[in-house]
Amino acid sequence: MPKLIELANGEARWAEDAFVNVTDEDAIPDSGDVILSLARFEAEGDALLSSNSRRVGVRIESDQEVEVLAYDLPRIAVVALAFPKYRDGRAYTSARLLRERFKYEGQIRAVGDVLQEQAGFMVRCGFDAFEPNDGATPEAWTKAASRFRHVYQRAADDRTVAFEERAS
Amino acid sequence: MYQYDIIDKEFLQDRSNEFRGQVARRLAGELTEDQFKPLRLMNGLYLQLHAYMLRVAVPYGSLNPAQVRRLAEIARDYDKGYGHFTTRQNIQFNWIKLKDAPDILDKLAEVDLHAIQTSGNCIRNTTSDPYAGATSEEVDDPRVWSEVIRQWSTLHPEFSFLPRKFKIAITASAKDRTAAKVHDIGLLMRQGRDGQLGFEVIVGGGQGRTPYVGPTIKEFLPTDRLLSYLEAILRVYNRHGRRDNIYKARIKILVAALGAEEFAKQVQEEWEKIDAERADLPAAELARIRASFAQTPFETLPARSEAFEMAKAKDSAFARFVRNNVRAHKQPGYAIVEISLKAQEQTPGDATTEQLNVVADLAERYGFNDVRVTHAQNLVLPHIKLDDLPTVFAALQAKGLATANIDLISDIIACPGLDYCALANARAIPIAQDIARQFADLDRAENVGELKIKISGCINACGHHHVAHIGVLGVDKKGEEFYQLSLGGSGAEDASIGKILGPALPADKVATAVDQLVGAYLTVRTDGERFLDTYRRVGLEPFKEAVYAQAD
Repeated sequence: MPKLIELANGEARWAEDAFVNVTDEDAIPDSGDVILSLARFEAEGDALLSSNSRRVGVRIESDQEVEVLAYDLPRIAVVALAFPKYRDGRAYTSARLLRERFKYEGQIRAVGDVLQEQAGFMVRCGFDAFEPNDGATPEAWTKAASRFRHVYQRAADDRTVAFEERAS
Repeated sequence: MYQYDIIDKEFLQDRSNEFRGQVARRLAGELTEDQFKPLRLMNGLYLQLHAYMLRVAVPYGSLNPAQVRRLAEIARDYDKGYGHFTTRQNIQFNWIKLKDAPDILDKLAEVDLHAIQTSGNCIRNTTSDPYAGATSEEVDDPRVWSEVIRQWSTLHPEFSFLPRKFKIAITASAKDRTAAKVHDIGLLMRQGRDGQLGFEVIVGGGQGRTPYVGPTIKEFLPTDRLLSYLEAILRVYNRHGRRDNIYKARIKILVAALGAEEFAKQVQEEWEKIDAERADLPAAELARIRASFAQTPFETLPARSEAFEMAKAKDSAFARFVRNNVRAHKQPGYAIVEISLKAQEQTPGDATTEQLNVVADLAERYGFNDVRVTHAQNLVLPHIKLDDLPTVFAALQAKGLATANIDLISDIIACPGLDYCALANARAIPIAQDIARQFADLDRAENVGELKIKISGCINACGHHHVAHIGVLGVDKKGEEFYQLSLGGSGAEDASIGKILGPALPADKVATAVDQLVGAYLTVRTDGERFLDTYRRVGLEPFKEAVYAQAD
């Protein structure tokens, strides 16, 4: 099972992953928290959520649009956004839309080709959980995510933007 | 000129420290070249044929003397005594050692320079008008908006991993000196009937293997909505641009596939969903940036300078320089001075340490500390008093910087080509030198008039051959360098893509062919007609005939 790093208040730490990532071939386990593909979620999510006995997450591939989740978001515990390659930057848009447009408050998890060098961008776009693909430790992650003392544009985080620093 | 404040400076320090750590990990073997590659590329460090090449950003082509001197120092200490200015107003150093790169970035940061986003699939340095703040043609100072975009795009969290690189150009003059229509986004500033300023937004122009003149997707974007609209364009592109094929990943392919109208509609829909309050720049910050470009403290001078007129009458070389390299300034008694980096036998766009230092000295002493880089790979001193022009000319002349050929046939744009570049199929520099030699006689070159030759060593078109009056493209034919000529392109306000003339020619026939094209032009041109206009009037045939008839 991949190791999970969670970020809270600027501090990254190892976290126990309560969720089982269910592939489309697997049967859904009888109990416990699960992360499903979008197709699986659309077919079976409602039933799982209605049972109210466990938390449900959805994995969104980079070519899928988070808008389709809009209606269900309040009930979804985790949105896992996939990076098939670190170079595929679509998940950054997905994360920002989830946080800024849909005011999603659950976990946004980076999965796939997730590298510490991208940590700063991910955190700014609203990711708060990471399955690093490069063996990065929480320490490296904290450092990478807070390397720059200033930022130039508003994003999904609450950092003070350069023009706000200047105005204050 | 915009001055970096403590925030901008600390940002560059943080960036430099980050890269120093990454290089240390690479040199210690903790990172493989494969893992290191994307990191060095994000700092403008390319591995070329013979060495690392470092591309330093020159934000919207504007430099102060301290910066120019620092570039001169880097050329001397870490390169072979010269730097190469590019068609995107940046400067490249071709002989860099990896271990030196962090020190170089530190030295750049000390004078507010950097290599951020000079590579990678991100928003690159914004190109702007080298005459900004000096020409009476402009409706606003485009540097204000370039600086707004510089800050907004710097390490943008959402748009640093786009399908492909992304280049923006801004001009506020009717005469376009930025090649805006062949950029991913071209912003043409306009004044509305009510006096309000806005941008005509062009998206999806480009060169490379599929050249396009970009279509207009918005006729008039109010300036205060610039950043939210850019966000909408970039978001549509980030989500829908192709990622399966590097050659089809630029925004031009998406715009062409959807059609400009549909693309514009998608952008509009996204734009309407964006919270403008958060996305657009606060008026106070815009005012702060604008204030930093406040009026240069010009003296009130008569429009006519006796010293200038006398020198012109006395010295024919000076008179020629004035005819070709000096442009009208908005302020009476001042002029815009172009410094050609296209002397005979020079590599187009190269400047030596000594030359850079002279340019810095002149800018400091006579030019309000202002130096510009043009997309045609020349330099500009934008604010020189007519009274000082003879002195400035003499100083330039002493360092081989007074070649009077701006926009003439020997003012050739050329990429580094196979002499340096790992992608090139053929050399570009020696071809440029051959052609320049053919037209070394400046009387003849002046008689020919404006003629823009641009040479690329491969289909990636860094030398802008598609938008040249005469374009030269290097191709590889069974291991031999051949050159395909094209005619009728333009990167200016009358932008167009050139048409291929005929079969590619061997290297030693290119200069002769250019001579034949010029001969054909001189035969059929009407009074005052530029080469490009003649071509547009008479078409390809007479030119084809001139080059290929004898060969048959």
